[in-house]
Amino acid sequence: MLVSVGSLSLMGLALGSMLGAASRYLAVEENPLEAEIQAMLPGSQCGQCGYVGCAQAAAALAKGEAQVTLCPPGGKATAEALAAKLGIKVDLSGVVDSGPQIADVTEEICIGCSRCLKVCPTDAIIGAAKQVHNVIREACTGCSSCVNVCPTEALSLMPIPVTLQHWVWPQPASSAA
Amino acid sequence: MGFLDRFFKEPSWGVHPDDHKRPAADAPLRILPTPERVYMPLSQHVGGAARPIVVVGQKVLKGQLLADAQGNISAPIHAPVSGTVFSIGEVTAPHASGLPFRAITIESDGQDRWIDTELVADPFALAPEDIARKAAAAGVVGLGGATFPSAVKFALGKRLKVETLIVNGGECEPYLSSDDRIMRDFADQVVDGVRLVMHAIGAKEALVGIEDNKPEAIAAMRKAAASFSEVKICPVPTRYPMGSDKQLIQTLTGKEVPSNARAAEVGVLVHNVSTCAAVHKAVRLGQPLVERIVTLNGGAIATPGNIYAPLGTLVTDLLAFVGLKGEPARLILGGPMMGTPLAHDRIPLVKGASGILAFNAAEAATPEAGPCIRCGTCADACPMGLLPMEMAAHIRVEDFEGAEGYALGDCISCGCCAYVCPSHIPLVQYFSYAKGELMAAERVKLRTDATKRLAEARSARIEREKQEKAEAAARRKAEKDAAAAAKAAAAKAPAKDSGQAQGETV
Repeated sequence: MLVSVGSLSLMGLALGSMLGAASRYLAVEENPLEAEIQAMLPGSQCGQCGYVGCAQAAAALAKGEAQVTLCPPGGKATAEALAAKLGIKVDLSGVVDSGPQIADVTEEICIGCSRCLKVCPTDAIIGAAKQVHNVIREACTGCSSCVNVCPTEALSLMPIPVTLQHWVWPQPASSAA
Repeated sequence: MGFLDRFFKEPSWGVHPDDHKRPAADAPLRILPTPERVYMPLSQHVGGAARPIVVVGQKVLKGQLLADAQGNISAPIHAPVSGTVFSIGEVTAPHASGLPFRAITIESDGQDRWIDTELVADPFALAPEDIARKAAAAGVVGLGGATFPSAVKFALGKRLKVETLIVNGGECEPYLSSDDRIMRDFADQVVDGVRLVMHAIGAKEALVGIEDNKPEAIAAMRKAAASFSEVKICPVPTRYPMGSDKQLIQTLTGKEVPSNARAAEVGVLVHNVSTCAAVHKAVRLGQPLVERIVTLNGGAIATPGNIYAPLGTLVTDLLAFVGLKGEPARLILGGPMMGTPLAHDRIPLVKGASGILAFNAAEAATPEAGPCIRCGTCADACPMGLLPMEMAAHIRVEDFEGAEGYALGDCISCGCCAYVCPSHIPLVQYFSYAKGELMAAERVKLRTDATKRLAEARSARIEREKQEKAEAAARRKAEKDAAAAAKAAAAKAPAKDSGQAQGETV
């Protein structure tokens, strides 16, 4: 009996110390969910959610401290994806989604103050002091940071124009399948 | 392929719609009188839009370069008539969306004067790369409808050491007969083009697949190819979609193109017969692609047939030439199975337009869709061996990933499933919708990645600027300190000097 007790205790000790060592040396430093959530967020660090950046927002989401509807640039699509990821049921019928948008400069009003250049998280606005500014459409994320700082309201958000390259077929009208 | 298929020549896939090709196919080819204005779109091909090199008011000759290719996959655009550049603006695209795209408008001078073309007596003495270069410069793209720049395909075939060239004369779409007509009337040009393409890609043999509902074309092509043993004319069973590259390759060579692979990976390359004729003109005659044969057919057309027309001609001009029996209920560019619905008739003819169909109300009628009865007819008809009813069921509830699990990516949008469905469910329309949504999701993902890169680049830039500022400040401070020290030293030195001087005077 002593042999079995001894061997089991030894095995327990050995396996326990192995597990302890593994938890110490092979530890995952960051919650993997955080990285996955961060990948789903727009990544423009615009701060409209109230967190410093997307990484912090992702951390809060992973801990369950934030709502999945926190990201205005992401819109309804991101909220749905986040809810699915976190296994949360959320009623999105109240969320008004204006669709993906980008900023647009009304050139007649722009005074070239260059304030918007400094706040754009993706450097999507080109221009210089006392020159009319313009938005690089491919780089704009529609975070509206620039709209908030523009002193003349020359910047506004508009829906992304549909082009031949972006157009997709609508769902067939028929309801039966 | 089942066991019984050995005894029955008919393939197990596809459908056999009433082809409606005659009498349009038998009517002799007519030449459209030069229209007053042509609208030459800048993107008539897969890839980057061409970049205009002419200015408004400039005189151009037929065949003169209007816009140059831009990027690796692109094609140049040439003037289809001689005249004056009237404007560079927008026209409605021959696209289901009805959105506009850029085009160069040319006002014809009615003389149709060609630029000086360079005739090549023996193109087979040229290097294969030169053939590809000439085809690229002439703006030759796949004329079967895919409009992929041909020269890019030649380079691909050469690189992957393609042995067999498959020439697609299937023309399986009902109503269309432009390829039929080019094989009947210009068989010598087609065969010469086939041999040039073989030379360009280094292929040993060419198999010309022609559906057996075109006996005149088969006879004409056999006669033209009689003296060239490497060009084999192979009649294939009439079955839609025989003109799809994967189905034609399988019928002619027995090879199956794997999922997510290109035809070149099984050692074959497919080119359309009209493309081969365009290569002949580009290489031997030095003529760029500025005209094509287009089928005008459908119940609303008074004299259906094939028209030889300059590219950029408005559909309305073509319809006026053939005459209308009444207001068409629907206009389609291409065939009735896979063609593009046109919003109106002020849309220009493009390189990939093999036909313009004007349907009357009876032809355009859309039956009411009913519920799926799980009969499986669509799965039998699918030439790719997919399960359309399962994919549609997933797409209906917006489960696009689920549909992808049933290999939605392999769907060639041929429309056989929707054609055979006894409940008239718009199956292929569901698949087009799902493919679009999946592509949009892919674009969003790419955009998110790009945004991350941009945001990171910005923070790196801000960091760098901060550091540079700090360094500059430190440098300035150091300079200031040095200057102050020097000043102090200088102030001290004269004091010493004066002290010495004083000392001396004492």
